Formats: sequence, structure tokens, C-alpha cells
Amino acid sequence: MDESRPIFLQVAEQIENDIIMGALAEEDQVPSTNEFAAFHRINPATALKGVTLLVDAGILYKKRGIGMFVATGARQHILDQRRAVFEAEFVRPLIIEAAKLGISSAQLIGMIKKEEK
Amino acid sequence: MTAVIEVDGLTRRYGSLAAVDDATFTLEGNRIHGLLGRNGAGKTTLMQLLTGQEFASSGTIRVFGQSPVENASVLQHVSFIKESQRYPEDFRPKHVLRSAPWFFENWDADFADRLVDDFRLPLNTRIKKLSRGQLSAIGVIVGLASRAPLTFFDEPYLGLDAVARQTFYDRLLEDYAEHPRTVVLSTHLIDEVANLLEHVLVIDQGRIIIDQDADTLRGSATTVVGTRAAVDAFVAGREILHRDGLGGLATVTVAGLDEKERAEASAAGLELGAVSLQQLIIRMTNVSEKEFEHSA
Repeated sequence: MDESRPIFLQVAEQIENDIIMGALAEEDQVPSTNEFAAFHRINPATALKGVTLLVDAGILYKKRGIGMFVATGARQHILDQRRAVFEAEFVRPLIIEAAKLGISSAQLIGMIKKEEK
Repeated sequence: MTAVIEVDGLTRRYGSLAAVDDATFTLEGNRIHGLLGRNGAGKTTLMQLLTGQEFASSGTIRVFGQSPVENASVLQHVSFIKESQRYPEDFRPKHVLRSAPWFFENWDADFADRLVDDFRLPLNTRIKKLSRGQLSAIGVIVGLASRAPLTFFDEPYLGLDAVARQTFYDRLLEDYAEHPRTVVLSTHLIDEVANLLEHVLVIDQGRIIIDQDADTLRGSATTVVGTRAAVDAFVAGREILHRDGLGGLATVTVAGLDEKERAEASAAGLELGAVSLQQLIIRMTNVSEKEFEHSA
């Protein structure tokens, strides 16, 4: 776990990652908060907070008396959100740093294409 | 949430020294609270006051709504595991485990047996022949298996190796999840327990200097690293917790930054770093020491 950010956010992110990677499919049951707590060695209330965040966002839903499940459409929802974050957190700083080093957009695109090969 | 412990203006003086100095706080029920601070900060005195083993010089304490002093109806719900617990001469661990149910109505003997295996505690060895770690293991086992509605662990890990400490944290979390109760964990191994805690109290020189949710506290400070001029410009007017530097580089710990401020810092070419709970507390307790020197 990363020290700088609230743990419940990181719990939510890891569940989201599992959904993106397909480790948790839509309509799959997710582990209980106590299982999350034991696995990550965190307070169960913290795990619950992370799960609640995803319930509020419509990514997970609760079946009373059974547990938490991944909502249909959750994966696309997360991908859309993550792409927006990717732009802000990776692309923008990349462009700022490139400008600092005198790299033009054309050169930057060339570098990306070279890396992709 | 209901408050299990309510403390108002609590002070305990020994001569001119205030071991606990005007402490006011509330501990909510069914949570794991961390009572953190340096050695001699007042952690043990505070817990002794909360369990009626010490008397307040002034201020009030309410535990389950009542004063804990000489109050059986409060104390029967309290388990206090002390680092320096003494046992009767010639006692063996099996005697401790056999007598514990007399004091704790929620005692779980099966759980205690499992913990004995986990910690490899020899039951038939005289307690005075046990190692420091085995002695601590007895305390940990009693503290966990007693399932008291309010459990204090005062530095319970002395002499326990890293594996045994992890076992303690894991069993505490598992059992707490199954049987929610109020736990106060006093420790100076902050990094080890940081993720277990829901609420943090930090005491320094008898005074409560932090009383906050662990999640709020995490991310409440950031280290800013960069050239001295750029760092100085960025931190001007902010609350500075710590300042360090080498040559033209400066490292400054400031109170929490929001997303916009983080973006500004990156744009100014500054690097932002994480501050762990332990580092944060080290820095905060240093600050208050300086304040203390100023006021003295």
C-alpha cells in the first residue's frame, strides 16, 4: 500500500484494476470486506469504506444477505474514468516536461511510435 | 457510533511534572484506536487513568458512561494488557489461561488454544523461566481471547520477533472483524500498525497533539523537493512541518495539498513525496518540542 493516499481509495482502485484486467467479471461476487481486510492487513472499516465508494459509483451492487457483485457495464465505466485521469496525470505532465526539454509535438509523437515498435 | 471513552481536561501530575496534561478526547466504540507517542510521552499513564489504576489530578474520565475508578461494572468489561505484567510466583502459562475466564465473561478457550499454537507458547514452563517474547505472547493471548468490549494493549510486543508480531496483528484483525470491539493499541512501532488503525491519538509530553481519523491523517502532509528558490516560493505562507536541505536543494514537509496545488507544484518542477504516518508523527512531535522550548 502506498503511504501517501487514503487506504480506502487504494482498496477501491485495486478492485477496479481487477475488473479492468478481467480477474473480476461483471456479475461476479467480490470478496467480503473482512476478506479484503485480512488480505491487505487493514482495518475492516477501511475496506468497507473502499467498497462503499464503488457501490456509490454504481460499480458494485449489493444483494441483500448474499454479498457484493460487479455491476453490468462496470468495466466500461471504469475505463472511461481512467482514460480521463490518464490524460490529466500522464499526458499533460509529459507535454510539460517535453516543452521544458525543447521537444516538439512531432518529435514527441515520433518517440512514442518508436517505443511502440 | 457511541463513545466508549470520554475524557475532559484530564491531568495527572507527579510533583511538577504533568504526565498527562489537560487531555480532552473521545474514543468511539467498536474501532481500533492507536495511542501513539514516544517513550515517556504519557501513553501508559493515560491508559492507567482510563482503567482506574491511577487517579486524576483534575479533569473527568467516563468509560462506558461512568468513572472507571473502583467501578466493577466498568472494569469487568475492560482488558488491559501491560508490557510489565507480573504473575504470581511459580505460575505457569496454563494457570494464567485457566484463571482468565474468571475475569472475562467473553473468554474463548478454543481461540486461546489456537493462539497458544500460533505463538508456540509452552504451557508447562514456569513463567519466570520464559523468554521475554514468550512472556509477551501470554499477554497477547489473554488480550485477544478475553474479547473484552474494551481492550488496551500497551506495547504488547516486547521481545516478539517480526513473525510473531505479524501473527498478533493478523489475529487481532481477524478476530476484530468477527467480534467487533473497542481496541486501544499503544505502540511506537507506528509503521507496523498504521494500516490497522481507524483512529489515531498522538500524545507528546502529556498533551494530545493529534486526534484524527487515520484516513484523514494519511495524506495530510506532503514532502516538496526541489531547488531552494522554487521550494521556498511554493511553500511561502503554508504551514511547514519540517525543513531540510542539502546544497541548493530543499526538502520541506507541508500540510496537505489538494489536486490543484499538486498540479501547481509539478508545473513548478517540484517533486512531491509521500509522508508515512510514522514520519508525520516524528515531524509533528519535533515541532511541538520546539514550541515547547519557545514557551518555556
